[in-house]
Amino acid sequence: MIRKYSESIILGLVMLAVLLLMWILTGRDFVQIGNFQSMAFQLPELGILSLAMMVTMLTGGINLSIIASADLSGIITAMILTSYIDPEATGVGSGGVIVLAICAGLLTSVVIGLVNGFLIAKLDVSPILATLGTMILVNGLTIVLTKGYVISGFPNPVRFIGNGLVLGVPMPMIIFILSALLMALLLNRTSLGLNIYMMGSNPTACFFSGVHNAGVLLKTYLVSGLYSGIAAIIMISRFNSAKAEYGESYLLMTVLASVLGGTSAAGGFGTVSGLVIALVILQMVSSGLNLLRVSSFMTIAIWGMILILVMVVNYLIGKYQEKRWQS
Amino acid sequence: MKRLLRYHETYVFMVIVVFSLIITLINPRFLTLENLFDLLKSYSYLGIFAVGVLFVLISGGIDISFTAVATVAAYVMTVTVIEYGGNIFTAFLIVSGIGIVLGVINAVIIYFFNIPTIITTIATLNIYYGILTVWSGGKWIYALPTWFREFACIRVFTLTNAEGIEYGLSIITVIWLLIIAVAWVILRYTALGRGIYAMGGSPASARRAGFNVFRLQMFVYSFMGLMAGIAGLVQVLLVQTMAPNSMVGKELDVIASVVLGGASLAGGAGTMLGTLLGVALIAIMSNGLTLMRVPSFWYNVFIGLIILTSVSASAYRRKMRERQAIAVEVE
Repeated sequence: MIRKYSESIILGLVMLAVLLLMWILTGRDFVQIGNFQSMAFQLPELGILSLAMMVTMLTGGINLSIIASADLSGIITAMILTSYIDPEATGVGSGGVIVLAICAGLLTSVVIGLVNGFLIAKLDVSPILATLGTMILVNGLTIVLTKGYVISGFPNPVRFIGNGLVLGVPMPMIIFILSALLMALLLNRTSLGLNIYMMGSNPTACFFSGVHNAGVLLKTYLVSGLYSGIAAIIMISRFNSAKAEYGESYLLMTVLASVLGGTSAAGGFGTVSGLVIALVILQMVSSGLNLLRVSSFMTIAIWGMILILVMVVNYLIGKYQEKRWQS
Repeated sequence: MKRLLRYHETYVFMVIVVFSLIITLINPRFLTLENLFDLLKSYSYLGIFAVGVLFVLISGGIDISFTAVATVAAYVMTVTVIEYGGNIFTAFLIVSGIGIVLGVINAVIIYFFNIPTIITTIATLNIYYGILTVWSGGKWIYALPTWFREFACIRVFTLTNAEGIEYGLSIITVIWLLIIAVAWVILRYTALGRGIYAMGGSPASARRAGFNVFRLQMFVYSFMGLMAGIAGLVQVLLVQTMAPNSMVGKELDVIASVVLGGASLAGGAGTMLGTLLGVALIAIMSNGLTLMRVPSFWYNVFIGLIILTSVSASAYRRKMRERQAIAVEVE
């Protein structure tokens, strides 16, 4: 038990260190309620997208199409919303359309997930290539649908999803916590979760222990697609607009967050708790540096350095343990 | 004929021929020397990146950071030649030097700490690009030296078209062709090249066969850096502007074109000819869509479809072949 979570414990310590460091550097600014609240508004998008990335990395794959499919879902939802509802109207009748629009958005992502799953599971295309292809294709569809314009102006209930507070907790944060819990439940308490870990460790052994590998892969990419759809809803409602190529810079960040959280790029290892801690670390670093008026590009560079540092530390710890085990 | 069908390159070539025929039927301007020379010039920077990426993919790794390396090298070079003067050779020296150094940093991190190549290079992409943007302030540079402008206009030979406009084989294309020739010789006829294939196939076997895996890895990533540096310079030569944000974000497109040419992400497979065809396919596609007056926002849809069809087809063929192989074993 402790072994499985030892990386999370190290990360937890790093998180505390970052918190203290930012506290010292920024004075009182960092520990204000307002700052934590704004962090809680920013984290969920990247968080849910990282969950979508992580689940595919657990099987030893990768999903490069998450941002593109989030964009397409967002655009589909936005198109339905703006063509049937006037943003100023406050009628009750719009509720049905909102639910329909959100469902259509989620369905779009699920379909893209299924396409990925089909290519990877049934045709044996390597995940990086299959999702690279769907990424470019879906990206193209978003540009064709919007012709490069921004779609904006959603009714109030939709804007509430991205900007509302429930008992002082931002709505996106609540959605993120629920999504993370659901993912943890899926990975730790269902047979699909167990199979995902087994397949990531050793697909051949997994196959011969009677697991239908293709089915597991298909479901994994479906879940991944669904999560990018959820992220899309938060994304468009927070900015009250949707457009092609939103959040493209998130793609590599989701890999970074997953790996920082202890997910192995080769598959088989990684926990939701590790990922959540990693996300909090990244968010604290970027918010803290923002308070210190450091350029956002410097923040990106520092994220990169943290990633390499954590990988190096993990490597050294692994080496040390190996040596102790041998002697 | 049957032997030819076993190669991935044959299929890519057939697709190119079919596309070229369709495009020419719709717009005969496609099949002119002028358009060909133009394509060879404007896609040379993508082509140079692709050579580096091919080496990395054969060695069993992947590099995401090359666009950042190119940007850093080109930016430092531009600032230096504007500040201290120089000529095209100093420009080449600067971009090559910076490219190699940044590539070696990648290789050292990958080898000594055993970090997966994709993670290392995602991290270094952010580090290189982040620091460059902070240092440069993201400023574009337009005022390039005159000799820089003149070099980009040099043609090896010049022809004149019916309307009296001159065109010809650009010096930039020649740089690209030289690089292809050198890379082809390295891969095909040197122990170094065989070593890279061996390492991509299986690092452990390569080590046992007597290859120094560390040195090979050093070579591959510094070569990638060198290519990135030169591609950065070529890009500045082509557009005559140093825009720090013009290249980063294109890395997956380059990797896609190399993979279209048959290089395997698992390592150990890939040829120079295939890569050239992959780049050509992407170039002809986008040029053809323009010539056929297809609105430019359809571009990604087509490229995506081509990539998906191509990777699915080759995966399917591999699967069939494996199935056949098993059947033979049973008999």
